[in-house]
Amino acid sequence: MANAHSHDGHDAGHGSVKSYAIGFILSVILTVIPFGLVMYPSLPKAMTLWIVLAFAVIQVLVHLVYFLHLDRSAAQRNNVIAFVFAALVIVLLVGLSLWIMFSIHTNMMAH
Amino acid sequence: MSNLVTNAGHTHVDGHGHDDHHHDSGEMTVFGFWLYLMTDCILFASIFAVYAVLVNNVAGGPSGADIFELPYVLGETALLLFSSITYGFAMLALFKGKKNQVLGWLGMTFLFGAGFIGMEINEFHVLISEGFGPSRSGFLSGFFTLVGTHGLHVTSGLIWMAIMMYQVQKNGLTATNKTRLSCLSLFWHFLDVVWICVFTVVYLMGTM
Repeated sequence: MANAHSHDGHDAGHGSVKSYAIGFILSVILTVIPFGLVMYPSLPKAMTLWIVLAFAVIQVLVHLVYFLHLDRSAAQRNNVIAFVFAALVIVLLVGLSLWIMFSIHTNMMAH
Repeated sequence: MSNLVTNAGHTHVDGHGHDDHHHDSGEMTVFGFWLYLMTDCILFASIFAVYAVLVNNVAGGPSGADIFELPYVLGETALLLFSSITYGFAMLALFKGKKNQVLGWLGMTFLFGAGFIGMEINEFHVLISEGFGPSRSGFLSGFFTLVGTHGLHVTSGLIWMAIMMYQVQKNGLTATNKTRLSCLSLFWHFLDVVWICVFTVVYLMGTM
């Protein structure tokens, strides 16, 4: 009974060799390219910065989907809601902190 | 009237309790652990904000571009990524009920994680012995706090993993151990997610 239940859970949301392999290969690509762009600069600095940031966001999503198994299934709904709420708090926390601190910095420097 | 309300409330509680019996209590534990991880995200976000505020305050000391060695950081990243996939394989073996495979993959994950921590301690040691410790500048305080907090999390994960290997060895793949290994799985992959943010914001943007 307990075994059968765990097995169902496994099929529903714990991935497979294939999904871990896909996640791993995508992560390698998404790690090596930004490191390469910074170690061997070949693009304008601003463009490198945006590519590095975009790749980081994509890689976080890859990890969430392939390693942490977040998806749109009913079983994962509460996890996704909690994550989205945490992401909102993080954006407000980091964004507003930086805004206020750099405003203060600029105003102090300007005399 | 008040009797009616009490009764209704009672029925409701009963119904709820009945529903809970169909629920896997292990699943609730894993969900609770996920909520803890979300609060841990907020802890890291605060430290990232502190780091971003302090990053330009080098106080005449070195900046990130002067002290970071990207090939070394790429090595650390590779170790952590390998440990993520080996932990994934441990979970797959767990759901197939193969105890020895679980122990083998957990052992490999532990070695990769320990390698990561070893490299990080070495990096910190080199920086401090060159006089670039956390007290040198605001930037270095932020750097050691952020990277060190992540390192402490990985160290806790390693201790937890060693305990789980002992428990699986001793008690086998019990329901309790499955729940604990599922929580550790979330913790371990979560730390890899945080590391993506660390190498991007600290090392790559710091070197640019």
